[in-house]
Amino acid sequence: MSTTTPTTTGAARGPAPGTEMNPALRAYGLVHDGSAMLGRQLRRIGNNPGLLILTQTMPITMLLFFGYVFGSALAMPGEEYRAFLVPGLLVATAANGIMTGMFQAAQDTHRGVTDRLRTLPVSRAAVPLGQSVADVLVTAAGTVPLLLVGIAVGWRIEGGAAGAVGAVGLLLLFRFATTWIGIFLGLLTRNEEAAGQLGGATFILPLLSNAYIPAEGLPGWLRTVAEWNPISAVTTALRDLFGNAPVPDGAAWPVAHPVAGSLGWCALLLVVFVPLAVRRYAHGGR
Amino acid sequence: MTTTYAVLSEGLEKRFGAVRALRGLDLAVAEGTVCGLLGPNGAGKTTAVRLLTTLLRPDAGSARVAGHDLVREAAAVRRRIGVTGQYASVDGDLTGRQNLRLFARLHRVRDTAARAGELLDRFGLTEAADRPAATLSGGLRRRLDLAASLVRRPDVLFLDEPTTGLDPAGRDRIWEAVRLLKEEGTTVLLTTQYLEEADRLADDIVLVDRGRVAHTGSPAELKALVGAYAEAVVAGADAVPVAAAVLDRLTGTEPVLDHERHTVGAVSTDPALTLPRLVRELDAAGVPLLDASLRPPTLDDVFLRLTGSKEIAA
Repeated sequence: MSTTTPTTTGAARGPAPGTEMNPALRAYGLVHDGSAMLGRQLRRIGNNPGLLILTQTMPITMLLFFGYVFGSALAMPGEEYRAFLVPGLLVATAANGIMTGMFQAAQDTHRGVTDRLRTLPVSRAAVPLGQSVADVLVTAAGTVPLLLVGIAVGWRIEGGAAGAVGAVGLLLLFRFATTWIGIFLGLLTRNEEAAGQLGGATFILPLLSNAYIPAEGLPGWLRTVAEWNPISAVTTALRDLFGNAPVPDGAAWPVAHPVAGSLGWCALLLVVFVPLAVRRYAHGGR
Repeated sequence: MTTTYAVLSEGLEKRFGAVRALRGLDLAVAEGTVCGLLGPNGAGKTTAVRLLTTLLRPDAGSARVAGHDLVREAAAVRRRIGVTGQYASVDGDLTGRQNLRLFARLHRVRDTAARAGELLDRFGLTEAADRPAATLSGGLRRRLDLAASLVRRPDVLFLDEPTTGLDPAGRDRIWEAVRLLKEEGTTVLLTTQYLEEADRLADDIVLVDRGRVAHTGSPAELKALVGAYAEAVVAGADAVPVAAAVLDRLTGTEPVLDHERHTVGAVSTDPALTLPRLVRELDAAGVPLLDASLRPPTLDDVFLRLTGSKEIAA
């Protein structure tokens, strides 16, 4: 603006421009706004608890269906298969973070909530962060009924308390990472219906892993694909930490070193998708 | 005394692929006034609002909103504006109160419950307080949207087609709210496809056409540019040319003839032309007159005259 520009209103009020560059204020803003957004997500669930219950019944149905239908056709004894299946279903459910993250972000964008939030003085990372943390909390709560049904059908924690805590921590970290993939894709699609369709396709991801079946029995190239699927590393880590099944021999590195492999996958996904999602959110794609 | 401007833009440009949505938009909205942005579909009104509310970045040009540079001080701008439009919506899964408290919290309002309560009262939203926003009627939902953009009293309020799709009662309540905000000193920039809305609410009207400002003025100034519309309905097709000749002479503009409805109309900028005179002159010329009118100009007429575009919005 030239110096002849007439004075504009409000120039003297409020913090000086560039205040948001202050790292301490930025961090405070992220926590404050992030927790507000977390509260928003939890209130949405509180207003509509039926939906939450519905999403929790799916993995339980799959456990009973796969556990008894497939369990009776596999070489593995039924009870052993069901114990094998529980960690796989936990991880497969966690991978649904892509679907829920995508749907939610696309819905918010489509319905204009994202744009309203973008016109507010809100930390740019807070909105996706609040969404992903809420999603992790919901997943943590949803794990309980699945584990209870798992115990009823023969699954046990056989590797000690520390291992079990580590397994749950890893599971939630993986959910956190997949949610960010979903948020990025949702901001990209901007359309609820497209996100719903695309989200349905994520159902295939655990099928290409060792979540439901041992990958050792797959033909060579398919086994390679399955073992490089992050779901396989996390599933193997959970089976190992819960003490349900040993780490398979001769597997690809992430599965052969499942805990390190899982942490590596989560770190990689977060390093890629957190900046992508935050950037996409901040610029709205234009 | 210098005028202070709440919104001041110079040469704003925005392109979407091959489409040049804005091609050098200059706006100056004085503090405390209501400015109405009017234009046909695709004129760039919504793009202008999206740029000025930091949702889009301009390709060229600059703007200051509430004293801050739109691009370099976007965060400061966001602290001082409120936005309501079809694309900036509340959360349909939250209740009215939950929405207002969320936005109040994000605006760092201290007592979010008290602020939400105040806004619910002020905008007659008590019945929306504990219902999910998605289940509200159009009018209630729009008032909730408006209330949500006022959680922290903004210096500049942007309203993108605030009454589109509302019934007259709902529309009147929004109009009332806008007038009250203006009285309180809030600057309002609104886009509308309703000429009556701009006429009733705006101090200044900016006609936007093909991404540029076509004309600016108060509603009265714009109407004075065009004048009144004189119309005569006559008995029989033979009388149409006679009436046309009279109107041509009285108004100085070429009349529009409707041979089927036996109607002749012309725009008049002559303040001396009154209805009795119109009737007398037509009668003196022997025109079998059935009906005559001298209608004050509408902004439709203004728009047609100034931009040559018939379609003001769709």
